[in-house]
Amino acid sequence: MIIRSSILLCCSLISSLLSAQDLPPYNPVTAERLLNPEESNWLMYRGSYDSHGYSSLDEINTDNVDGLVPVWSFSTGLREGHQAPPIVNDGYMYVTTPQNHILAINARTGDLIWRYVRYLPDDLQQFHPTNRGVALFGDRVYMATVDAFLVSLDALTGELIWEVAVEDYYNGYYMTMAPLIADGNVMVGVSGGELGIRGFVAAYDVMTGEEQWKTYTIPAPGEPGSESWPGDTWQTGGVPVWLTGSYDPELNLAYWGTGNGGPWMGDTRPGDNLYSSSVIALDVTTGELKNHHQYHWNDSWDWDEVSAPLLIDFQRNGQSVKGMVHAGRNGYLWYLERKADAINFVDANPYVYQDVFTGIDPVTGRPEYDMTKKPGTGYEANFCPSLWGGKDWPPAAFDPESRLMFIPANDNVCSTMVGEEIQYSPGRSYMGRGTSENGGFFVRPGTDHIGELQAWNVDTGERAWTTTFESQNWGPVLATAGNLVFMGGTNDRYFRAFDSRSGEILWQQRTNSGITGVPVTYTLDGKQYIAVQSGWGVDAQREQNLLNMAKGENHYVPQGGVIWVFALPD
Amino acid sequence: MSSSDSRNEKDREATTLSRRSIFKMGLATGMAVPMSALGQAPNRLRPQPGDQLVFEEGANQDELVRPELLGLEQRPLSALARDPETQVLRDGSRLNRVMITRIDPQKLTARYQANAAEGVIAYSAVCTHTGCDVINWDAGQLRMACPCHESQFDIYDGANVVGGPAPRPLAMLPLEVVEGVVIVAAGFRGRVGFTQQF
Repeated sequence: MIIRSSILLCCSLISSLLSAQDLPPYNPVTAERLLNPEESNWLMYRGSYDSHGYSSLDEINTDNVDGLVPVWSFSTGLREGHQAPPIVNDGYMYVTTPQNHILAINARTGDLIWRYVRYLPDDLQQFHPTNRGVALFGDRVYMATVDAFLVSLDALTGELIWEVAVEDYYNGYYMTMAPLIADGNVMVGVSGGELGIRGFVAAYDVMTGEEQWKTYTIPAPGEPGSESWPGDTWQTGGVPVWLTGSYDPELNLAYWGTGNGGPWMGDTRPGDNLYSSSVIALDVTTGELKNHHQYHWNDSWDWDEVSAPLLIDFQRNGQSVKGMVHAGRNGYLWYLERKADAINFVDANPYVYQDVFTGIDPVTGRPEYDMTKKPGTGYEANFCPSLWGGKDWPPAAFDPESRLMFIPANDNVCSTMVGEEIQYSPGRSYMGRGTSENGGFFVRPGTDHIGELQAWNVDTGERAWTTTFESQNWGPVLATAGNLVFMGGTNDRYFRAFDSRSGEILWQQRTNSGITGVPVTYTLDGKQYIAVQSGWGVDAQREQNLLNMAKGENHYVPQGGVIWVFALPD
Repeated sequence: MSSSDSRNEKDREATTLSRRSIFKMGLATGMAVPMSALGQAPNRLRPQPGDQLVFEEGANQDELVRPELLGLEQRPLSALARDPETQVLRDGSRLNRVMITRIDPQKLTARYQANAAEGVIAYSAVCTHTGCDVINWDAGQLRMACPCHESQFDIYDGANVVGGPAPRPLAMLPLEVVEGVVIVAAGFRGRVGFTQQF
């Protein structure tokens, strides 16, 4: 269902186009610009299709970063998790917030150009009240909404051009990811693994909104992999896709991470449950599922593997491997080879304490489990890492110069989980998780920290350094050619710059709230800026509640979103 | 999925489209339109005074709620209102769902006692934070809890918030008992569901 609109039925718009007077005319985003994004801008979720989260800008570097100061800030007026990167195109900045607002801001002055506010239905339930950013193409802005619509707006005025109902929110579907645009298609995946959905990725014509293809993450009966789902479980088996995929233009394949199966207990759906907890390669033009690799089978731990792998060519045994690397929620760091006809396992090793896997097949990468660590219906088990994994959604980054990959990790926290029988009812909770003591969460005795920023050399497979934090870490990572890594993520509200060669903290700024936003960098008139949203909420807050319970503390992290922009003094 | 489920899905699709149309009509005209004025289907109306309550789950699923069917301070069960004359079940909106349990009326905070009937109480099932179903239960502390973000509600204190991010208590549905059957005495006390920020 496409709704084209010249009037606004679904939303309100605050517009002040005078705020853009000092900016150049809007520079349309072309396919070529997305393929080769200029370093002066940040045009997509991770800056580039390979998901490196890296910028070659180096005006701000290890020698001067301690002089970084705020240039302007902007209150969003909203609570909950502000996770989106500020997307920047020649002075026009686009920021999404929880509740699906879009703020178009003059990046030079910090003035509002327009604000899109989506009216959400009263009966909507938001498991994850957040949004992870816009996509840009032509003179349009695209956002996936929590009531499962894809909207296309005029980048200069904020006027709604069309909206598409991707699915029915009433049946548990919702969206939080930044769309991916390639080959004339705007692609989105759906959340709702807690609510008995059947996950998919869908593509729409970037100009008209017409659906081009829709590929389910769970095969229907008769399709390859369908034998891994018993009975009718495939219809409500979850396997959402809720983070932006990576894209290899040479292969014309987009690599999407997929979530766990549902209900959460694997014994409710005996089998491998393809393509849950996997990476899937989809042909961007046709949507055809070309190949896949399943990180772990028949999940019972809520270990979504939705983070898209970083497309990195790395060295192994003297050979260059056209590859990809994924820091799994399951606590293992996965190296894979990407080819037109296959995804091949290279190697995998734990990067945090993990007590579930007893071995990994050296050829296929299939893990074996300690079944005493696998919760089931009526069977309670402890396992590490916790259900939020070694790394949840916050994206890792890769510096191609130093060959280091930076992982925002959480170690030493574990879960207790037990399953209970549950009946499917459309749009209602379909996790089947019972109640465990202390919220089913504990910290490993004798440990002194949870959060980590880790650096791994992708060619040697060895860890270069680790910086630790007593707090949990929910901070997305930005790496720059200034030998810097930027990250917030801790419950003390700091935004920090690290020396990418050592992990040493070189600069930090305390902000209004905790930072779970994706940091970006760009230039205006040749001067480098760093931008990030501060706004704690969603799972970072949920983990804080459980930590407070486990530690008998009442650590308070204030909420409320603010966009911060930093630069060196003139 | 059975064929009856498929039929239900089609029905739901129809009501969803209808719901959206009405929703947009209200916005386009900029008016607060009374739902009944739009001829809203009776199954979508919030619980009405005089409605019966029907168990939606548990050992007595689909039966009328009677006080003796509820154990003292047991895990709340979901229930829906039903028009006793037309037998229409008000299942057209998830905002209609309540969680019911039985408590010791003497221990209920005084201002809420008039809403209980022979110890039976009913709270909205929809969390005031982001609208999730409040289906979890802390049997030790007698708290209803939301699985999404850990908000906790004290059943003896009008579902006041005692943990987590919820900004308001759950709405309470006043009850009475007539001829042994639990009846809705009045509309919800308090706003049902979450409030969108702007």
